[in-house]
Amino acid sequence: MTAPQRPVGRVRFMDQQRVNLDGFAAENPELGLAALSSPHDPPASLVISDGRVTELDGVPEAEFDSIDTYIARHGLDLSVAAEVMALSEVAFARLLVDPAVPRPEIIRLSAGATPAKLARVLALLRPPELGLAMTKLRARRTPSNQAHVTNRLDDPLLLAADAATAAAFGFREIETTVPVLADAPSNAVACLIGAASGADGVLIQCSVEEALELELGMRGLTSYAETVSLYGTEQVFTDGDDTPWSKAFLSSAYASRGMKMRVSSGAGAEVLMAGARGQSMLYLEARCVALARAIGAQGVQNGGIDGASVAAAVPSGLRELMAENVMVMMRNLESCSGNDALMSESDMRRTSRTLPIVLAGSDFTFSGFGSIQRYDNMFGPSNFNAEDIDDFLAMQRDWGIDGGLRTVSPSRIGELRREAAQACRAVYAHLGLADFTDSHVDLAVDAAGSKDLGETDTLAVLSAAHSIRQRGLTVVDIVAALDECGYFDLAERTMAFVRARMSGDYLQTSAIFDEQLNVLSLITDPNDYAGPGTGYAPTPERQREIDAIRQARGVSDLRSEQARFAVPLLASLGPAAPGQDPRDVVIGVSPAVGRDVWRCLSGLAVTDVLREMLAGLEEEGCTGRVVRFNDTVDLGRVGLAAARLSGSGIGIGLQGKGTALIHRRDLAPLANLELYSVAPSVTLELYRLLGANAARHAKGGTPDPARNPYSDEAIEARYHTTVIALMELERRRMDAALSPEELSLEGLK
Amino acid sequence: MSEVSDVTRVRALSGRAVEGLTVEAVRAGEVGLADLRIHPETLERQAVVAEEHSNPQLADNLRRAAELTRLPDDEVLAIYEALRPGRSSAAQLTALAGSLADRGLPRCAALVAEAAEVYARRGLTA
Repeated sequence: MTAPQRPVGRVRFMDQQRVNLDGFAAENPELGLAALSSPHDPPASLVISDGRVTELDGVPEAEFDSIDTYIARHGLDLSVAAEVMALSEVAFARLLVDPAVPRPEIIRLSAGATPAKLARVLALLRPPELGLAMTKLRARRTPSNQAHVTNRLDDPLLLAADAATAAAFGFREIETTVPVLADAPSNAVACLIGAASGADGVLIQCSVEEALELELGMRGLTSYAETVSLYGTEQVFTDGDDTPWSKAFLSSAYASRGMKMRVSSGAGAEVLMAGARGQSMLYLEARCVALARAIGAQGVQNGGIDGASVAAAVPSGLRELMAENVMVMMRNLESCSGNDALMSESDMRRTSRTLPIVLAGSDFTFSGFGSIQRYDNMFGPSNFNAEDIDDFLAMQRDWGIDGGLRTVSPSRIGELRREAAQACRAVYAHLGLADFTDSHVDLAVDAAGSKDLGETDTLAVLSAAHSIRQRGLTVVDIVAALDECGYFDLAERTMAFVRARMSGDYLQTSAIFDEQLNVLSLITDPNDYAGPGTGYAPTPERQREIDAIRQARGVSDLRSEQARFAVPLLASLGPAAPGQDPRDVVIGVSPAVGRDVWRCLSGLAVTDVLREMLAGLEEEGCTGRVVRFNDTVDLGRVGLAAARLSGSGIGIGLQGKGTALIHRRDLAPLANLELYSVAPSVTLELYRLLGANAARHAKGGTPDPARNPYSDEAIEARYHTTVIALMELERRRMDAALSPEELSLEGLK
Repeated sequence: MSEVSDVTRVRALSGRAVEGLTVEAVRAGEVGLADLRIHPETLERQAVVAEEHSNPQLADNLRRAAELTRLPDDEVLAIYEALRPGRSSAAQLTALAGSLADRGLPRCAALVAEAAEVYARRGLTA
């Protein structure tokens, strides 16, 4: 037997990449490890006798399990069933992506389709087709997004500040949960106050066990729920301690207290509970989605959820996750489209999982974007977290699409966090729940996460939560406390939101509130996509919000930044004369140097660069001069003009951004003797070497070749926009009529 | 849009006009829990809208909800508990359905009665 051979370095290197921390499963339908289809999936079938379903997806009525029964009796529109079941799967799949077939027609047909039928149809769609189907079929025209707001300590002031931050970023739903169950009422109150500080009309959820969640909703402290779980097999459903009837009843219970509710399902749950019956993830999820519609839920959170990494472990798994979301849309329900569990250690894989949904646009692109840091996410890290908010904002801008978020200025974030934390403290103090110190407020306002709070009194939180629950505090008590503590505006806005919810308009499919408290839903904001030029497009105002990320810089920003580095050097001494001395070397600089441009891309001062070049010339026995050429911004031409003015015939060219070269008077403009092209990485030592080498050329000696510095950074991404703005500053100073100017060497030698 | 509720006509379960739910009313100590509860007529109106938008199942759900506005929280949670697997015998569920029907909650009664039948067949009873 031979020992296993150690792989070559190339493979060892690949092994070390983060993607190899992920688990990848061999496809195994017996275990349910199959994404889009399995040999054990039933054929799509529907038999109706006397207005009653007697066979559903290959199962005769006598063998219906509880899920089959509920779907058969309540979930299907039998008036359209014959028509849609007769339609071939390919023909149906094509309707999904045909812009000439409107959404209502797909909804009409899907209502009569069995779970296996929809699974088989969606398994035919390739990724761009899924994207198109999602764009067309989501219920609400305007896409939106949901945030997780939690922390390890259940710290109320931090929750309030983070809820305000999430609301300000544009999240229209905030979901919190607890590491300590009994803290839940406190988390709900803190998020309620914080979200109201950040923006109007943000719905709040506190995800805990049903009875407590319902109780918080009944008191108006929360306004939606989404943890009503459905499963695709009877065994797993029963293991989850529910039945379709108990879930149907629970759905009605939430609505009876005026709370929005969606159910939760998703690939992988059955596999994890060893109850997949050898069937594919998409088929089992098709049963969940059909059941969701049957029990009367307005929407579904799916796309993996807790099982996202299970789906991601098998071939075509990500495609399956997106197909689940589209299936919800086909059933005329709100899609809250997953992306809420970190499914890979690889940044590329987790982006690959989420991006298609962001581009297509969903009712909720995430069923929980971690608006807090990974370590504070008590649901477990989301696929995107606070670490990724700037990435997400940039992605929205890159593609020109609306992912529901917007930039908030740093000063505004600071103000909102302070108001939220202070209001939360005031309410807790006023109601006798807990007393927090000024420094605690300051820490919560500034904190990037709960680790920045230091030691906190977690028992005080527990006691506050206990008190909220025992005293039966309601949103009215919170409003009264805000009012009495002088937060009149927050009190008014919270009460306005209470009134807005009472009309029940937000119980309809895909409902959110906008910041004017208008309901946007299937009813009031129906998706009307019918091909290019139709459907949702950001308003010009919203587009500006998407485009104006805080990192964007214009020429005027750069001009003022450069002005901060201006020094009283490089004064013009008048027209430059040709040199006579064979040791004379001219350093030619571009038009804006010494006027608008003072700092190179490398961060070095232009004057320091010139000082090094002059020193390099001097140490090799040459004399340097600095001349500004005003008729060109082209470095080759600046260098050549410098060479022609030099007594030695050798010149140095330097652009303000730091690019430099050595030129000789008899060369073509684009030729050169040495070039430092990577301006951001050039050091003072290298500029000195350039000076010395120019002198060696002037003397006819042997230069010491300089090696261009190399970097594996995305150097073009970092500097190209600055280069463009710097070149614009140079261009604006161009004046063909102005002859070369000799610049003062005072302070440079 | 006609499909959006006219807030001036919305009432809370208590009968109070929703427009009257103001900070002034809170300050005067006049707002109680029943003033925050949704009215069954509101749910019925939403059920009609859901039906008109191709979702009769959501309409059914909202009509069951309208019935449940009449039950106290504890009882709602108790019925939920009774419907969970292995909690009730078929006879208990049938009796529960009867009592709901008698008290004017026919849709909830039908749901529970159907559960009694299916649970017995599928071994989900106590």
